[in-house]
Amino acid sequence: MPFEVSDLAELDAPDKEYLWTLNFGPQHPATHTTLRLILTLDGETVVNAVPHIGYLHSGFEKLGEHLDFNQYVTIVDRMNYISPLHNEISWHHAVEKLLGIELTPRCKYLRTILAELMRIQDHLLNTGTCALDLGGFTAFLYFFQQRELIYDIVETASGQRFHTSYTRVGGVAFDVNNAWVNKVRSFVKGFAAVHAEVHRLLTRNRIFIERVKGIGYLSAEDCINMGVTGPLARASGVLRDLRKDEPYLAYPDLDFKVVAAKDGDCYARYLVRMQEMVESIKIIEQCIENIPEGPVNVDAGSKAVIPAKPSVYRSIEGLIQHFEVMMPNRGFPTPKEEIYAATESPNGELGYYIVSDGTPRAYRARTRPPSYIHFAVFPQIIKNHQLSDVVAVLGSLNIIAAELDR
Amino acid sequence: MAMKDVPDNIFMTSLDAAASWARSNSLWPMPFATACCGIELMATASSRFDLARFGAEVMRFSPRQCDLMIVAGRVVMKMLPVLQRIWLQMPEPKWCISMGACACTGGVFDTYAVVQGVDRFIPVDLYVPGCPPRPEQLMAGIIALQDKIKHGGTLNGTEFGKRTQPTGPTPYDLDELIRIREANEKLISIN
Amino acid sequence: MSAEDALKSKFDGGELAFSQFRDNHRIVVPAAKLFEVLAFLKNEQNFDMLAEVTAVDYLEYEGAKDRFGVVYVIVCTKSGERLVIKTFVNDPEPLLPSVYSLWKSADWLEREVYDMFGIRFSGHPDLRRILTPDEFTAYPLRKDYPLKGRGERHNFPVLTRAES
Ligand code: SF4
Repeated sequence: MPFEVSDLAELDAPDKEYLWTLNFGPQHPATHTTLRLILTLDGETVVNAVPHIGYLHSGFEKLGEHLDFNQYVTIVDRMNYISPLHNEISWHHAVEKLLGIELTPRCKYLRTILAELMRIQDHLLNTGTCALDLGGFTAFLYFFQQRELIYDIVETASGQRFHTSYTRVGGVAFDVNNAWVNKVRSFVKGFAAVHAEVHRLLTRNRIFIERVKGIGYLSAEDCINMGVTGPLARASGVLRDLRKDEPYLAYPDLDFKVVAAKDGDCYARYLVRMQEMVESIKIIEQCIENIPEGPVNVDAGSKAVIPAKPSVYRSIEGLIQHFEVMMPNRGFPTPKEEIYAATESPNGELGYYIVSDGTPRAYRARTRPPSYIHFAVFPQIIKNHQLSDVVAVLGSLNIIAAELDR
Repeated sequence: MAMKDVPDNIFMTSLDAAASWARSNSLWPMPFATACCGIELMATASSRFDLARFGAEVMRFSPRQCDLMIVAGRVVMKMLPVLQRIWLQMPEPKWCISMGACACTGGVFDTYAVVQGVDRFIPVDLYVPGCPPRPEQLMAGIIALQDKIKHGGTLNGTEFGKRTQPTGPTPYDLDELIRIREANEKLISIN
Repeated sequence: MSAEDALKSKFDGGELAFSQFRDNHRIVVPAAKLFEVLAFLKNEQNFDMLAEVTAVDYLEYEGAKDRFGVVYVIVCTKSGERLVIKTFVNDPEPLLPSVYSLWKSADWLEREVYDMFGIRFSGHPDLRRILTPDEFTAYPLRKDYPLKGRGERHNFPVLTRAES
C-alpha cells in the first residue's frame, strides 16, 4: 500500500515527532525467509507499514524463456518451496492445456494425490511455524514429523525428497508401485491422530487464541478487490476454490467440501487451514483406493511426450522420439498461441501465462504468484495493530519469499 | 618453575586446543536462510534429524550471538549487502558454511540477479553441495567443520591476515569473458 | 447476455477483437480504449477481481507488429467467468492508464510490470521499482537484456577473512 502524499506531510510535521521507524527484516526469524518491512510506530502501535521486497528475486521468468517445457519444471519447483510438487503440477497443467493434451486417468489420480499431499505439507508447515512464532514449539515438532513422512512418500515416488522434478509433459517421470500406495495408506491412517493432538494443543489454547483472534481482519470485499485467493479469501467468506469452479485433474469425480469461515482474522485462517487438511485427507482416501490401472503417460504417438525407457532402449521409434524431445535443436511443434491457466495451489490461485512461438520453449512464462498478491494486502491489515501482531499476521498470510520475488 | 622457562608456545597452544575443543562442540549457528535450503535447515534442526546431538542446535537469529553462519539458499544482488553486513556483525572467531548449490555456485540460477557463489564476496569455510543437501549431508558438514576447528585452531581476522594472503576466486569469471566476446562479435557483424 | 456480447453492443466499431483458445476468452483492445473497457467490465459486468496483470515483449516474436503486449486477466467471482484482455503499447514511451482506481490489486502488479518491462502507468499512486534494487537501470525481462545480465551481479566489494 503506497503512502498517500498527505500522509507523508503529516508524518513530517513536528508534532508527530513521537512516531518512530523500525526496520523489520530482511533477516528476521518471523519472516521465515526474506521480507523487509519499514514500520512507523506510535509507541507500540503500527501506524504505517511499507513492505520492501525483491530480496530473493532470482529471475525465474527470464530462465523460463530459455528452458523448454520439460526442463523448466526443475525451476518452478523452487518457487513455492514448501509444496514443490504443486508448482510442477500447475506448470504442466498450463503446458498441457496449451498443447491440448488430455492426461490418462491414472496420471490424473496420481497427480491429484500428490497435489493434496502437497496441500497438507504446506498447511502443516504454515500452521506449525505460525504457532512457533507465537511461542508454541510443540505443534511445530509434531507437524514436522508428519512432513517427514510426506517427504518419504514423495521420495519413494520420485527419488528426491524435496525438489522432485517429477512431472513431465503428458505424465510423470516414473510410475508408482504398491509399496508407494501402502506408504500413502499408512500416512493417511496415522495423520488423524496427530491432527487431533495439535487441535488439542492449539485450538482452545488461551495463549494462542489471545494472539490470533480478531487480529488481521480482512473483509470479503477487500479480498476480492485486492485479488486475494485461497485459504485467506475463504477465511473471509469468499467461496472460491478453483478445484470446484474450474475443475481440473480428477477433482470432478471426487467428493469434498470447500472449507470457509466468516471471521476473516488470523484465527479463522488457522481453522480453515486445519480443516482443509482433513478434506485433503478425504480426497487422498478416495483416490488411493481407486487409482485406475493403465499407462501413466499419454500415448507416445503424441509428439510432445518423452517415451518410456523400455521403448527407447528396444525400438527405433522410441529412440527417435526420445532424441526429438531431448535435443535442444530438435523439439516438437507447439501451437503459436497464448494461454492463461490456473490451479488452486495451497496458497491460492497459482496461474501461468504462457506465450508460445511454435517451439517447445516458452516465449514468455509468467507466473501469477499468490504470495505476491497476498503480501500487497499486508500494510492495510496491519494498521493500528500492535507490533507483536506483525508476527501473527505474517505467519497467517503464509508468504513464501521465492514465490513472492521469483 | 619460572614463567620464562616455559617455551612460549606450549602454554598457548594447549589453551588454544582446549578452547577449540569447547568451541567446536558448542557452535551457535546463525541461519541465514533465504530460500528452499532454509526449509531443509529447519528439517535438520527439528524432529527426526535433531541437530542438537552435535551441539549446534542453538539457533540464534541475532548475529551478535553466533559464531557459525549457515548461508542456506541463493543470495541475490539485493541481499548481498545484507549478508556482508551480518557477517561483519558476527564476533570472532567465526565460521561460515555455504549450504546448497545456490550458495556455493549459483546453482541452477545462472541469471542476472543471483550472485554466483557467496564465496566471491565473503570467506567460506565449508561447502555443502546439493539442491537441497539432505539433512544428513548438512550434519556431515557440521561434523567436518568441528574437525576443522579442533585441528586448525581458532584464528581471528587480524592474525589470519598476517599469516596468509587471502585467496579465492576473483569477482569476474569465464561467463563475463564470454559475454564480452559475444558483444564484440555482434559489433563486428553489424559493421 | 454474456459479457462479450455486452461489450460488442457497447463498443461496436470493430476496435475490439474477440477470440477464443481452449477456455480462454480473449479480447484485444486498443490502448486508448483500455480504461473505458475495463471500467465497463468492472462496473457493469461485475468483473470484481483482477487476477493478473502482465506484459510480453514481442521484440523477437515472429510476425509481431507491436513491441509490448500487456495482459489483464479479470474474473467475475459470482459466475466464475474469466476474461483475458490484451492491449499493445510501443516504444519509446510505453504508457498505459493505471487501473488502480478500479482494482487495488493492480498496485503491485503494475509496479512489477514497470520494473520488469519499463511500461509506465499513468495515475498509479506509487510507481517505483519493486523487485530489483532501486539503483538498477535495466528492465530485465525485455528481450534485449541478456539472461546473465550485464555484470551487475559481480559488482560488489569483496570481504576477505582478514578484514572481517
Ligand atoms: S540449492 Fe536448491 S534447494 Fe538450495 S536454495 Fe538453491 S535451489 Fe533452493
